[in-house]
Amino acid sequence: MHVTESRTADHAGLLAALRRVLPADGLLTAEAERRVYECDALSNYRALPLAVALPETVQQVQALLRLCKEHGVPVVPRGAGTGLSAGALPRTDGILLSMTRFDRILEIDPDNRIARVQPGVRNLAVSEAAAPHGLFYAPDPSSQFASSIGGNIAENSGGVHCVKYGLTTHNLLEVTLVTMDGDLLTLGSGGLDGPGYDLLALVTGSEGMLGVVVEARLKLLPLPESIVLLQAAFPDLERAGRAVMDIVAAGVVPAGLEMMDQVAIEVVEGYIQMGLPVDAAALLLCELDGATAEVEAQLERVQALMRACGGYDLRLARDADERTRLWAGRKGAFPAMGRVSPDFYIVDATVPRRHLSGILRRIGELAEEYGQRVATAFHAGDGNLHPLILYDGGVPEQVERTEKLASRILDECLAVGGTITGEHGIGAEKIDKACRQFADPVLEDYFAVKRAFDPSGLLNPGKAIPTLTRCAELRGSHVHHGHLPHPELDRF
Amino acid sequence: MDQDHTEALVGAVRRAIETRQPLRAHGHGSKAFYGNPRAGEALHITGHRGVLSYEPGDLVITARAGTPLAEIDAVLAAQGQMLGFEPPQFGGRGTLGGAIAAGLSGPRRPWAGAARDFVLGVRAINGRGESVRYGGETIKNVAGYDLARLYAGSLGAFGVLLEASLRVLPVPETELTLVLEPADPLQAMIDWQRRPWPLSGLCVDDGRVCLRLSGTADGVNAARQQIGGEELPAGAAFWQALRNLELPFFAGDAPLWRVSLPPATPPLDLPGDWLLDWGGAQRWLRSPAPPAQVWAKAAAAHGHATLMRGGDRSGGVFQPVSAAQAAIERRLRAELDLDGVFGGGRAAR
Ligand SMILES: Cc1cc2nc3c(=O)[nH]c(=O)nc-3n(C[C@H](O)[C@H](O)[C@H](O)COP(=O)(O)OP(=O)(O)OC[C@H]3O[C@@H](n4cnc5c(N)ncnc54)[C@H](O)[C@@H]3O)c2cc1C
Ligand SMILES: Cc1cc2nc3c(=O)[nH]c(=O)nc-3n(C[C@H](O)[C@H](O)[C@H](O)COP(=O)(O)OP(=O)(O)OC[C@H]3O[C@@H](n4cnc5c(N)ncnc54)[C@H](O)[C@@H]3O)c2cc1C
Repeated sequence: MHVTESRTADHAGLLAALRRVLPADGLLTAEAERRVYECDALSNYRALPLAVALPETVQQVQALLRLCKEHGVPVVPRGAGTGLSAGALPRTDGILLSMTRFDRILEIDPDNRIARVQPGVRNLAVSEAAAPHGLFYAPDPSSQFASSIGGNIAENSGGVHCVKYGLTTHNLLEVTLVTMDGDLLTLGSGGLDGPGYDLLALVTGSEGMLGVVVEARLKLLPLPESIVLLQAAFPDLERAGRAVMDIVAAGVVPAGLEMMDQVAIEVVEGYIQMGLPVDAAALLLCELDGATAEVEAQLERVQALMRACGGYDLRLARDADERTRLWAGRKGAFPAMGRVSPDFYIVDATVPRRHLSGILRRIGELAEEYGQRVATAFHAGDGNLHPLILYDGGVPEQVERTEKLASRILDECLAVGGTITGEHGIGAEKIDKACRQFADPVLEDYFAVKRAFDPSGLLNPGKAIPTLTRCAELRGSHVHHGHLPHPELDRF
Repeated sequence: MDQDHTEALVGAVRRAIETRQPLRAHGHGSKAFYGNPRAGEALHITGHRGVLSYEPGDLVITARAGTPLAEIDAVLAAQGQMLGFEPPQFGGRGTLGGAIAAGLSGPRRPWAGAARDFVLGVRAINGRGESVRYGGETIKNVAGYDLARLYAGSLGAFGVLLEASLRVLPVPETELTLVLEPADPLQAMIDWQRRPWPLSGLCVDDGRVCLRLSGTADGVNAARQQIGGEELPAGAAFWQALRNLELPFFAGDAPLWRVSLPPATPPLDLPGDWLLDWGGAQRWLRSPAPPAQVWAKAAAAHGHATLMRGGDRSGGVFQPVSAAQAAIERRLRAELDLDGVFGGGRAAR
């Protein structure tokens, strides 16, 4: 939809009305101020919103959504803007609703092991507030220092520890939302389940399309008594993959199980020189946590299994400092790529664990075919891959090759029963890819869900769920992944 | 034994849609007592059975909805694995579809997760009579709305389950049940749950706390030293009886309520007897109290209550939801079950 003149007139009326309900400094309309919000962490998708709203109370959010609905103007919610799928990408004809001022931890209830928080609270802040009570909040996206609980809920985020502790959806007890109609909707309860149908499940991971999160009740867990981290090198991908399967099948549920391939090891070692075995085809990192005796027993078993699968150069970190040092390799993978390549593209996909080594091999072949270096560092315990394609954004054909390669990798993952996103969401970025994953009847059911929550279709439109027309067109023609010239525009 | 009845089931749903004849998916009928009275023609699921894929190293099993839980348990047990949510098997029966549609979870729930937490994907016949797949077989998947979890606990309100892919768990190396009689059982449970012990069951029956530990032999023993108490020799049988509502507490005709609460909630002021499970988060109540009173007390404590068995069911058995939630549920059912073939008048009060 283009911003036509009649719409502009409409907009002036809306902005005036919004000014009356928002705090004095709660509506940004100057271009320089709006620029700050034109993209999230995926900066190649940009659009300048009509205005940015910064409400401070639930009533203000309700009033804002009602006004926008009345004027037929779309609203895009935004948390910390760390999203990597352009989920918080603004619309030029819409309001960007920033929830950053909802930044209070309302309650830590240690007896019930619950944290009640506003959506703008940073993920890490929850665990920090719970720590004095011997508790923590388990979902830990790598972005946990910056990303907001509202964004985590919208993306169903999870990190290294979700192999044992689950994703956001497993750790969320109750959420209060404002719907596009301006209604307040509380789902779940103070207990472990809520009355009625499990709408909480629908809302979690819905990418800001069903309601605006204004409060959440999170489950807290006891801090483990002891944590150990074990690293092992493997001579080939098959054996590393088998070690992952064997550890899991042996009855050990690790707190984290991460892998790096040869390219990643080499690049990281070049960057931080921590003495990684650069000849290894793969490095496996296995974290175990829990009661001390439990951890010790599991550690013995995992060491034996790794050795039996050909693992060598085993290293063990027992205290927090040693762990930080060992994790530095895995966590340094992303920044390290930035050192060896002007740009890198993060692919996010998941496959059933049994297909891990096959997919890794396939990615290697494709990298060769396309002549682009690919380093893979990923959550092996969940089968969640993050191939990093190294390229030079200044060279147009490299950009194009990278996009094609990323698209091929996603296709390969789909072909073995995987999914095009394990944790970053579809957003605006993967909307075309979603056409490959979802059959039309499934899309129809998704539209039905959207209509039930947001009949006007004004909340974060154009994200996560592609339209049938879009898919029909895409399935019929050859389409390049990524970079739409005008992502803010409806294309069909 | 394995049989694919997809075509027949799809055909039956399509006919129902054409004639607007409500259907009611029927597994073993093991939970026939549960939920509001149902109308509609029975659609038998039990012929549609068989394990479709199972990869122990993946911790994932996919099976047809009519597969008996007992069969799934046996297949998993042969590889040292299990359904982590311990679905109740009333009368020793139950199908996978029924377990997911009912969404009930056993004593392990607070530590391992609920039925819905283990659902990775489902195949179902939707309100347009199409066989559709929501979710998949991967642990991490954030593509699309989570309709698979919506189906869990929906009692078939949105469609007929054909298959489910579930995450499974390894059977713990050791399991041990301790019995204790602390002065304040509720407070004791609160304290224990804040410790990093390998807990997998915690309930109070008749003033006696039963505590289950699961893990490595060393881990379980170490926790046992710290907790104290006596070992219950028939521990496994006890949890099995609790899971299937077969303890003496559940016998007799007094109305049975399931009350879901924040675990540390002080005792609710309602007449009757209590059994606390899930470390206090799921409480069973035998009480003649009128439903409105139970619901009001549960809501005031930030929980909700369901009349599981017996009692005055004329006003429905589920706690009324908020007006805002009811409106969305109504729209959702109208959108997903266009011709009302899965509704069966079950919501009618
Ligand atoms: C370096 C880096 C590492 C990352 N690692 C991980 C990881 O390990 N695991 C992982 O899961 N993700 C990861 N991410 C992705 C991202 O951090 C998460 O998706 C995060 O949850 C987004 O939170 P946010 O507050 O930044 O949300 P935003 O980016 O602001 O928004 C994301 C989506 O949430 C919606 N939204 C935000 N707030 C609300 C609200 N209050 N109500 C309704 N909808 C809302 C937006 O509309 C948008 O669709 C990473 C990102 C970066 C940059
Ligand atoms: C767990 C739960 C809690 C609820 N809580 C509340 C509440 O607190 N407040 C409120 O107002 N409302 C609540 N409701 C909603 C209200 O009670 C429902 O509207 C009512 O249950 C409607 O049921 P139905 O007619 O859709 O089910 P029906 O269609 O009549 O029942 C379907 C039956 O099919 C069975 N089944 C077996 N196998 C399959 C299979 N393969 N596929 C599908 N189904 C199968 C199910 O077990 C179920 O018994 C709740 C519903 C549920 C399910």
